[in-house]
Amino acid sequence: MPKMNMVQAINSAMATMMEKDPKVVVFGEDVGYFGGVFRATEHLQAKFGVNRCFDTPITEGGIVAAAIGMGAYGLRPVVEVQFADYIYPAMDQLVSEAARMRYRSAGEYYAPMVVRSPYGGGIYGGQTHSQSPESLFTHVVGLKTVIPSTPYDAKGLLIASIEDDDPVIFLEPKRLYTGPFGGHSDEGVKAWAAFPASEVPEGYYSIPLGKAAIVRPGQAVTVICYGTMVHVSMAAVQETGIDAEVIDLRSLVPLDIDTIVESVKKTGRCVVVHEATRTSGFGAELSALIQEHCFYRLEAPIERVTGYDTPYPHAFEWQYFPGPKRVGEALRRAVEA
Amino acid sequence: MPKSVAKSGTAARHNSALQLKFPTPPARPGEDPDYSKLALSAPGEVRRPAVDTKPEDMRDLAYSLIRVMDDDGKPVGPWNSDIPVEILKKGLRYMVLTRVYDDRMYRAQRQGKTSFYIKCTGEEAISVAAALALEPDDMCFTAYRQQGIYLTREYPLLTMMGQIYSNTLDPLKGRQMPIMYSAREKSIFTISGNLTTQYPQAVGWAMASAMSGDTRIASTWVGDGSTAEGDFHYALTLAAVYHAPVILNIVNNQWAISSFQGIAGGEEAPFAARGIGYGLPALRVDGNDFLAVYAATQWAAERARASLGATVIELFTYRTEGHSTSDDPSRYRSTEEGKKWPLGDPIDRLMKHLIKRGVWSEKEHAAMEEELVTWVKSTQKEAEAAGTLGQGKTASPKTMFEDVFKEPDWRQRRQRQEAGF
Repeated sequence: MPKMNMVQAINSAMATMMEKDPKVVVFGEDVGYFGGVFRATEHLQAKFGVNRCFDTPITEGGIVAAAIGMGAYGLRPVVEVQFADYIYPAMDQLVSEAARMRYRSAGEYYAPMVVRSPYGGGIYGGQTHSQSPESLFTHVVGLKTVIPSTPYDAKGLLIASIEDDDPVIFLEPKRLYTGPFGGHSDEGVKAWAAFPASEVPEGYYSIPLGKAAIVRPGQAVTVICYGTMVHVSMAAVQETGIDAEVIDLRSLVPLDIDTIVESVKKTGRCVVVHEATRTSGFGAELSALIQEHCFYRLEAPIERVTGYDTPYPHAFEWQYFPGPKRVGEALRRAVEA
Repeated sequence: MPKSVAKSGTAARHNSALQLKFPTPPARPGEDPDYSKLALSAPGEVRRPAVDTKPEDMRDLAYSLIRVMDDDGKPVGPWNSDIPVEILKKGLRYMVLTRVYDDRMYRAQRQGKTSFYIKCTGEEAISVAAALALEPDDMCFTAYRQQGIYLTREYPLLTMMGQIYSNTLDPLKGRQMPIMYSAREKSIFTISGNLTTQYPQAVGWAMASAMSGDTRIASTWVGDGSTAEGDFHYALTLAAVYHAPVILNIVNNQWAISSFQGIAGGEEAPFAARGIGYGLPALRVDGNDFLAVYAATQWAAERARASLGATVIELFTYRTEGHSTSDDPSRYRSTEEGKKWPLGDPIDRLMKHLIKRGVWSEKEHAAMEEELVTWVKSTQKEAEAAGTLGQGKTASPKTMFEDVFKEPDWRQRRQRQEAGF
């Protein structure tokens, strides 16, 4: 089976779907001839022609709006917003239009589309290239929000997102593009090729949205995470030796509530981890859900490990980043409570 | 197939299958750029209307190109505004300083001393001439390629380098990526990093100045690519409606990362012409001609100061280097393009002009260059002694919890304690 890093897997997902379905089109800033600033759309224009993969002006609002129009026509646009930090000019189109078109027209119109966007820190991108805005989208009913953590998942989830009839925000943890990252900034990048999750089938397969992955079964505490934080959490589990059950959500909306509830009822303890700022982050929703579903089985307060409630600082990236040390401390508090 | 797919009706249409245009640049890697189709006005050819001319009576200026220096460096035509030699010499000095500074900081990034850098090579006249034509307290809302304004307004070199290294000298406390300076003391607005967001803010600032009976005007810069953002159109609309005292500069350097200016609509009409639809006067200027940039800025400033309203200025230039240190332009454009740019290099051209006038010499130029290189290098040494990125020589990490609000709320206080700072 071919080995792919996450960028290659994402590229392969788009190529597979463009091959399979002539309605799939790809566009965004620098995605055409150049193949994207992270190379995710490399060769797609050469392979499928400029009518199926093209460069757009720097107009995120325009890109998303055009995707809605194309989706309404019957195409399946997959657009790239170069950094999640650049997505805000498109918010009106996403919140007021893409998310509600089906509802307001009673199903007469809808706009299938995927908005791909690299998110998260760890590359010294400062406040304009490091944000994790997922909870802005999970708060909007009518949008789906998907975040992969491995090359294999990235391809399968992206294909499912492209095939989905509703708008999907597909956030790609850019720190994981070339290799997994456990949060130790002083260690070099380990390429994906050394890990089984880099074995990605060449052709079509999909991973259903709304199905979490238990990446490590355990008994002592449940860790709920997604994206980059899956690897950070795994590092923390290894370093603390705590027998944690680590759940990679893979999609935040739809959410695999059953897997979460089953696990927390089993362990009685839970740590929620995300890189995004804490207040009104997705961890708040998870904590509330666990409290609603598992209150009488909880044996410790639910812990949240998150980014601090400040913008992402350039020089203090590693003081800000919720690394394995902070996750490990939360794990200990949870099991010792 | 989704049921929203439009099915054509029974009525026969008379048109054949529809198709789109996808713009392609003049040359890709390995190809020879062809500049023969560039419609360049001759130096001195474009008229200079009085500043109180009605915008509808000078629409031609958006479609021509204001040039002052001819190929020999001789100033010609109505836009030759007899700029004092001392100002021109200053202009040359600051342009060279900008290039030397860029060169040193770029190398520092390549040596791993910082995370990122953006050069403005070939575009120095755009910043430096504007900064000299404006009053020192006119407010500048720059994009990230106008470092020449900081240098011309003599924002301390050491402080700028501190920002690049995110070290203890960085007044922004390491919070921003390199090149996103902020210099209120020099009437330069904090650079965001997001594109075009500050363009309409400049209009708001200019409106506030007029609403307050102030005399200061504002000037703002955006790239050709960024004119596609909605913010660009907010700015032009508001500036036109209220006759805001603001200069709206569009730096058309031909490339937005890998997208040539045609992707932003530049093949359909010049960027300057976007002003026309809003009823704004629009000048299109050779951005590599210091004298032309200076004269156009002066003209627009005079209009703004007379409460005649805003002016759009397209500065036609070429991005000689990559977009940033994260970019590799050889993957998407011809390396010959920059070398063959028909409007030359702004520093060479102003130098030639001054030599031709007999007020400058190659020897003096070389001596000045050497002096500036020495100064920048020694300042760099001093800056690096205060730390380079990743060495831990920074403001205190506890400062990252400050300035979220005027006063931190309980969250920042508590999180700072938890972080152990």
